[in-house]
Amino acid sequence: MKESTKAKKTIRTQVNEMRLAFPARSVNERAARSAVAAFISVLDPTLSELSDVKCAVSEAVTNCIVHAYRDTPGKGDIYINVRIFDDHTVKITVRDKGCGIENVEEAKTPLYTTDPEGERSGMGFAVMESFTDKLTVLSKVGKGTTVKMEKRLGVEPDEIKKTDGKS
Amino acid sequence: MSFDNSAVSFDTGKGILTATISGEIDHHSAKSLREKIDAELFYLRPDKLIIDMSRVTFMDSSGLGFIIGRMKNAEEINCGFALKNPGERVKKLLELAGAERIFNITEEKTIKGEKR
Repeated sequence: MKESTKAKKTIRTQVNEMRLAFPARSVNERAARSAVAAFISVLDPTLSELSDVKCAVSEAVTNCIVHAYRDTPGKGDIYINVRIFDDHTVKITVRDKGCGIENVEEAKTPLYTTDPEGERSGMGFAVMESFTDKLTVLSKVGKGTTVKMEKRLGVEPDEIKKTDGKS
Repeated sequence: MSFDNSAVSFDTGKGILTATISGEIDHHSAKSLREKIDAELFYLRPDKLIIDMSRVTFMDSSGLGFIIGRMKNAEEINCGFALKNPGERVKKLLELAGAERIFNITEEKTIKGEKR
């Protein structure tokens, strides 16, 4: 029988996964981004890539703390899921069960903020979008928000590898 | 137990208040940094406020809001404002926000013997 000449679609395989759950307190912002950075470090990302991911995670987690649970400060949990694939792609999901976002597109607009008195820059989603390859925001008012970010690591050829430089 | 992931030290002279931040600037640390710097700024009312960023190891968009807030407060008392030695990551954020042009950014090659 003649073999099919149809090009096979590349299927990436998940090789590792991490799940985190922690209270929506600002003190946990650092722990969240550090945990994600430590988990993905096996992919030998460049310093720049690692900083991008840390910053994007920090933005997503801060949004949960500042906005999602604003009516119930200190209560509510944040859930992070990180999956590593064999093509060096990482998929990071940051989820809350807070108030949700009424208009996601408006919230994603650079410099848009619902909290101008709190010295918010309104750049959270713009940073997540710029520092990752793909950003998806799913939200339902009263139910919560899920931020999905995707980034392929180890693809910046001119960067000094993390393990080569002094920390 | 303290959970601070940043610190600020102050240096004054010739009408200039320099606030050197070390550590990470995020939503958590910005609150404490803001309070400390504003207290010094409004007490001393210098001619110029310089925020030295050379020892900052991490900053997200909360840091942008923090910097813009200090600049506004300085303007409020007719005090000049400059950002000193922002690293590449800070510059990347400033550029993303289109904010690099509104700041007076100064660079210094050597800080205590070593540039980050």
